[in-house]
Amino acid sequence: MLLAVTAQGSPVVLVAAVFLASAVEMVEALTIVLAVGVTRGWRSAFEGVAVALAALTALVVVIGPPLVHWVPLSTLRLIVGFLLLVFGLQWLRKAVLRAAGLKAKHDEDAIYAEQVAELSEAAPTTGRDATAFTVAFKGVFLEGLEVVVVVLTLGTSSHRLGLAALAAAVAVVMVVVVGLVVHRQLSGVPENAMKMGVGLMLVSFGTFWAGEGVHVSWPGSDLAIPVLVAIYGLVAWALVTVLRHGDQARTSGLTGVGSPIDA
Amino acid sequence: MVRLPWLRAFGRFWWDFLIGDTPELFIGAIVVVGAAALLCTVPGARHAAAFVLPALVAGLLSLSVWRASRSRPN
Repeated sequence: MLLAVTAQGSPVVLVAAVFLASAVEMVEALTIVLAVGVTRGWRSAFEGVAVALAALTALVVVIGPPLVHWVPLSTLRLIVGFLLLVFGLQWLRKAVLRAAGLKAKHDEDAIYAEQVAELSEAAPTTGRDATAFTVAFKGVFLEGLEVVVVVLTLGTSSHRLGLAALAAAVAVVMVVVVGLVVHRQLSGVPENAMKMGVGLMLVSFGTFWAGEGVHVSWPGSDLAIPVLVAIYGLVAWALVTVLRHGDQARTSGLTGVGSPIDA
Repeated sequence: MVRLPWLRAFGRFWWDFLIGDTPELFIGAIVVVGAAALLCTVPGARHAAAFVLPALVAGLLSLSVWRASRSRPN
């Protein structure tokens, strides 16, 4: 029973991590594509998106299988684990600071308005619009590159590249469908909560695989991953709580205890 | 000469992607994984490393977050 849970546990966490990371990045890409489509026209915007998605798929196909087949497993796990650790810590650090109110949250409405303003300033064209194509391509490609890194690192280290790629593809399709139905930027999505969850999983996978790469003996093998998620979750919660209290204490000290802050 | 600006832009992209404005996380991760690797060379310490490694990672995260909170203007 325990082995079954262990065997099934890490693919579930793997799929959840890849799906959430992909969804978050594609929500950001969707904001850019919507701004381009509304201001410059949809044809060139969709062409930019299609080319970006094709380039990203090619990256996974070209880099993924050789990594799995040619690089020794412990070396692959060490490098991939290290990259996941760094990547995950960056995400988690930002999510903690945003949750504590020390960093502005990602505002899709503000980003959309900024993109629309910038794109409206560029000279209009007839036929194919190079500006629209380039902005849509760059937006999808750069956001998608993070997805590719997550798919390649998590997929190759756990020898489940196909499953990771499928989870990412499902997330992309879902965000596109929801975006088409809603026909606006997805500002209601709880991005920071999702980024916190993704950061926790990436740091946990990174710790586990880097540890495997240097021959750490993990109690319960794969079962250590959800335990690591729980431990880092507690640490993140504690950091957010301490930072919030520290910020409130600092604000009270500046304005006087109990005195309201004028708007 | 034509390739150099492209190479520089490529290098800058990966620098921003991996290191960005948090070099302490990149360097800290090297130190943490290196420490775990060293610990695993000690006979019988591979199990202990399973507790030391997450503790070091949690410490690294806390240090980076604390630095960011201290650098925030009042």
